[in-house]
Amino acid sequence: MSVDQAAVRRIARLARIAVSDGEVPHLQGEINAILAFVEQLGDVDVEGVEPMTSVIPMRLPLRADVVTDGEIESLVLANAPMSEDGFFVVPKVIE
Amino acid sequence: MTDLTCLTLAEARDALTARKLSSVELTQAHLVAMERGRALNAYVAETPDRALAMARASDARLTQRQGGPLEGLPLGIKDLYATKDVHTQACSHILDHFRPPYESTVTAQLWRDGAVMLGKLNMDEFAMGSSNETSHYGPVASPWLPPNWSAEQGRAALKGGRRGLLVPGGSSGGSASAVAARLCLAATASDTGGSIRQPAAFTGTAGIKPTYGRCSRYGMVAFASSLDQAGPIARTVRDAAIMLRSMAGYDAKDSTCFDAPVPDYEAAVGRSVKSMTIGVPREYRLEGMNPEIEKLWGQGVEWLRNAGARIVDVSLPNTRHALPAYYIVAPAEASSNLARYDGVRYGLREPAADITGLYEKTRAAGFGPEVRRRVMIGTYVLSAGYYDAYYVRAQKIRTLIKRDFETAFANGVDAMLTPATPSAAFGIGEKASADPVEMYLNDVFTVTVNMAGLPGLVAPAGLSAEGLPLGLQLIGRPFDEETLFSLGEIIEQAAGRTRLPDPWWV
Repeated sequence: MSVDQAAVRRIARLARIAVSDGEVPHLQGEINAILAFVEQLGDVDVEGVEPMTSVIPMRLPLRADVVTDGEIESLVLANAPMSEDGFFVVPKVIE
Repeated sequence: MTDLTCLTLAEARDALTARKLSSVELTQAHLVAMERGRALNAYVAETPDRALAMARASDARLTQRQGGPLEGLPLGIKDLYATKDVHTQACSHILDHFRPPYESTVTAQLWRDGAVMLGKLNMDEFAMGSSNETSHYGPVASPWLPPNWSAEQGRAALKGGRRGLLVPGGSSGGSASAVAARLCLAATASDTGGSIRQPAAFTGTAGIKPTYGRCSRYGMVAFASSLDQAGPIARTVRDAAIMLRSMAGYDAKDSTCFDAPVPDYEAAVGRSVKSMTIGVPREYRLEGMNPEIEKLWGQGVEWLRNAGARIVDVSLPNTRHALPAYYIVAPAEASSNLARYDGVRYGLREPAADITGLYEKTRAAGFGPEVRRRVMIGTYVLSAGYYDAYYVRAQKIRTLIKRDFETAFANGVDAMLTPATPSAAFGIGEKASADPVEMYLNDVFTVTVNMAGLPGLVAPAGLSAEGLPLGLQLIGRPFDEETLFSLGEIIEQAAGRTRLPDPWWV
């Protein structure tokens, strides 16, 4: 399987990474090189095999549903590029 | 002063406990070495004031005979560990100026045990790479000179962008280089596809990736959450064992962390390996394999046999699928983990008119080419219409890979011996070809271990004909790191302690 330029643009949009027109062919080549490499997996017989969900056998641990943390607003905002009144500030979201 | 940096972690620990040496002296010696070795580019952030303050506090505790297992010992920390209020960027531009308000569990445990922080170590960006060449801060030079190079040539290359000097491996290139160059006694590192073991092999140091879940991943910048694991790089197998004991342990803040006591790994170093069964997996013998690597592997088998181990041939039929399956699973998980870097809450922000523009421009400006490549591959293999064909299939193959190991272990194998890398270290810039897959082939012997969640240790096993370090890998049963330390010690002793290079960069 390989990707065409339209697919590269679509993947870039899904990944939210801006890609200029000039970069598309090069990226297409890189992605196709990797896809060609992994293509061999299509031949493996995986009939009746479960996909691995947990590398070591363990159950997801649960804890009581109580608040154990919080009131650290200033720490949460400490690295923000832009913040105001306890909020992260971003450019407009809604058209 | 420089003599103090020649001590191993164990020797330094004993000297501090016996009060033959103070932590301040030891730390000061390392700070001087770091300054002299700055051109190697192993450190991306140095913390000398903090180091000396920690050293003074350690000396006070040592005087009271209240020292912890790592009291007063100066360490380097890979840049992907959250260190409170200190540079933590996983060597990416997109995390510019990020200083976490919290500490990773692994480093918190090191400080709990009395260690001293020298600074943050260079790495491939977001741990994606096998040579430390993808770092936003530029490549790291290995302290091992290329064959037949003079010290003058080395110094000239350091001034000229490090081209031609050897890579220390990756992604924990800064960690491996700093340990081998004696710019720290030991270092934390991390391993997703070989990022502890391959740099250890390239620099003549010891490294272990423990079983998945042995160490907490809380506070580690995540690359691939089902593969990432913390571990040490150190000068000797014993030093690595001492480090792992402090790094490992259950943490409720990491729900993939395994709740089991941490043994005294150092006690396993020097233990007899008589009657252990060592598997030699035939599928690791690749076509066109470097004859030196193959010979070293055979030598390793002899060393273990001479130590009383029983050697058996084993088959792990799905070995050859591990690398391609890894390059589906790891990028897929990375695309999810790196979605958080969007310019909103931390790090780089590019100006934009709307929120989508903010995300797209910030991520384009902030991610390097390798990271972008992997995020896009990951996005593609998880996207509608491709998820089953790629990601689910790769996860099924992962089950098969793990099953191969389980079968071998059930048949009485205690551990396996394999090569660590397909070659000795190569030159900076040498693999900058158009094909990304060429760099990925460096991981061929190591990724299987991450895919199966098993522990893997690399011990220094001698030098190539050209005088460059080579390592051998031991793969163990889940949570049986002790067996790996016992076996690793045999390899290291039989090969003879690697004599690390003298500082040609000074």
